Amino acid sequence: MDRFLFLTFDGLSTGAVYAAFALALVLIWRAARLVNFAQGAMAVATAYVGYAVVSATGSYWLGLGAAVLAGLALGALVERVLMRFVGHANPLGDVIVALGLVLLIQAVLGMVFGSEYRPATVPFDTDALSVGGIAAVSPYDLWVFGAVMVVVVLLALLFTRTPIGLRMRASAFAPEVSRLLGVNVGRMLTVGWALAAAVGALAGMLVIPTGLGLHPHAMDMVFVVAFTAAVVGGLDSPAGAVVGGLLVGLILSYVTGYLGPDTTPLAVLVLLLTVLLVRPGGLFSSVKARHV
Amino acid sequence: MSVDPILQVDGLSAGYGPVPVLREVTLSVPAGTIAAVLGANGAGKTTLLRTLSGLLRPTGGRVLFDGADLRAVRVEGLVRRGLAHVPEGRGIVAELTVDENLRLGGLWRRDRADARLAQDEVYQLFEPLARRRRHAGHQLSGGERQMLALGRALIGRPKLLLLDEPSLGLAPRVTAQIMALLRRLCDSEGLTVLLVEQNVRSALAVADQGVVMSLGRVVMATGAAQLRDDEKLRHAYLGF
Repeated sequence: MDRFLFLTFDGLSTGAVYAAFALALVLIWRAARLVNFAQGAMAVATAYVGYAVVSATGSYWLGLGAAVLAGLALGALVERVLMRFVGHANPLGDVIVALGLVLLIQAVLGMVFGSEYRPATVPFDTDALSVGGIAAVSPYDLWVFGAVMVVVVLLALLFTRTPIGLRMRASAFAPEVSRLLGVNVGRMLTVGWALAAAVGALAGMLVIPTGLGLHPHAMDMVFVVAFTAAVVGGLDSPAGAVVGGLLVGLILSYVTGYLGPDTTPLAVLVLLLTVLLVRPGGLFSSVKARHV
Repeated sequence: MSVDPILQVDGLSAGYGPVPVLREVTLSVPAGTIAAVLGANGAGKTTLLRTLSGLLRPTGGRVLFDGADLRAVRVEGLVRRGLAHVPEGRGIVAELTVDENLRLGGLWRRDRADARLAQDEVYQLFEPLARRRRHAGHQLSGGERQMLALGRALIGRPKLLLLDEPSLGLAPRVTAQIMALLRRLCDSEGLTVLLVEQNVRSALAVADQGVVMSLGRVVMATGAAQLRDDEKLRHAYLGF
């Protein structure tokens, strides 16, 4: 029972990171109809910026802020100078360009910072607290879970309660009509990429200290798992991404805990295949077709 | 037609790729009037509206709206100049609610108070919409969608309204209501309307001017009453 409790809290904490990362994928999917395969590499790049600031100033919080700001800037930059110019005649065009960006970012990071693992600091204790004799959850786990949930709520408010959120949703669903109503659709796309990359940066800063270490490839596996989470939830659904992330986090935590870490990548694949076979649109897919 | 035209189109040509669809279209619409663009499927009516609002780049000719050359204006900037285009297929955002669609129509406006006032006016004008504020666009009937698209355009208080087939798929009674509303807005608020219609009778019933297009050209432009009443003309150009 102790172990189950520990695995559950651990799963929710890493699941929150997957949720944030999946949410970033969904943001870009909804805005631009492409899966940003460069998201892992982009998040690592911003984490390097974050930890450079941490070691320069000694403050984790300044570093976290710097990473998120770097995410905003990098996301906008990637959309403005790269993705905007990828034609949509060939559906693989986006994927190839994104994979090229991954190679570029990882190579540059390796050249500038070296490819050895660097330790990453955390602001809270990662050892599990003992509550009533059961070691279940660490302060760091609580921080990760809380930070992600705050971001999720803020994003939901942004999209449903603010004018820019309305513009972004309208641009994604009906770009031509939106332009006729005075919405700068191109700018909304840039904002969408910036937001997504910032969320990705936060996820990177949260997950890299937990055993991954700072390394150009640090987020590769996280990307695969988060992509699975986004597919589980349905690529079109932000709520699905969050639930999918937590669900995948829990499942992987139980699999790792009870069957051993070697089976984790296998479990990810099995989960992805099962969802694609049973419910290809994801758990949160809606049957409503778009009638216009 | 002694009034200055608010819309003047001179020799406008456009097409998709190498295929020309509009061939040197010339027409002029005086302020505060309704011009009905009529013609068979494929005559270029929708293409004309899409070229006027810049969704399609013209290959020749020019468009003067309120004295300014529209070729230099970005699509996003049209509403700010007082031009509203309601595309065919009732261009509403089906995933957004009625209320969100209407708010979207007023987001560009600096005068927030007037945008809210205009939204209330639309709810008064189209009673069914007021009852379905929280419903998503895809839950609406055809008539309600048309009301929403039209109402959303009116929130910008446009000078010129480009309307593409507002009667498409609507009951005759709803079509008549919408046409009567357009007439009222022209007479009371000075709105100018360029109306593309397949439904010739409904359109001519309220229009001041009839413009007949065929194979991308304007083959005749005359007073709507004349087109309505002169059997020979009607037969020759509209086939009934």
